[in-house]
Amino acid sequence: MDVIEQIKATISENPVVIFMKGTPDFPQCGFSMRTAQALKACNVDFAYVDVLANPEIRAGLPSVSNWPTFPQVFVGGDLIGGCDITLEMFQKGELQILIKQAVSGAR
Amino acid sequence: MDRVALIRTRLERALSPRYLEIIDESRLHAGHAGAAQGGHFAAVIVSEKFHGLSSLARHRLVYAALTDIMPGEVHALSIQALTPDEHRFPDKA
Repeated sequence: MDVIEQIKATISENPVVIFMKGTPDFPQCGFSMRTAQALKACNVDFAYVDVLANPEIRAGLPSVSNWPTFPQVFVGGDLIGGCDITLEMFQKGELQILIKQAVSGAR
Repeated sequence: MDRVALIRTRLERALSPRYLEIIDESRLHAGHAGAAQGGHFAAVIVSEKFHGLSSLARHRLVYAALTDIMPGEVHALSIQALTPDEHRFPDKA
């Protein structure tokens, strides 16, 4: 499986996945840290990919998602955005609803 | 040209903003890995072109205007993309 297929599979197989720098417990970038914190605060299991440990994914994802920077958050197979949009949706309470729908729909 | 000016000319050309503020936050990120190559910036952009678009679509418009300098000169950009009405009446946004 090439890296583009691998990225697409990761996005479609996980109801919630963040591509970030570092890990949720050891983030390597402030934007990734704040975004992962918002996901954690939704109290739902989510997948993550550390793009610093996976340079091919880091290079390939922007062309798949049409989004140039990290982190990137996908819910139910769709890109919802990076740090700004994820935090904005969390503050409005929209992220929690979207994530719970995606997780229950996947069961 | 400094990097704020590089961003400004591209956003003005692509979005004809009513209001545009670009802040260089690179100093806040000095020493962090990505900061070695490019800067961190925050932009407040008020444009008619954001009407009827989701946040995701608005951010994509902004990034599309910066493809030749991002990644590169610009490592990270925090975006507030507002329509003129949302900018004037923030409570309704």
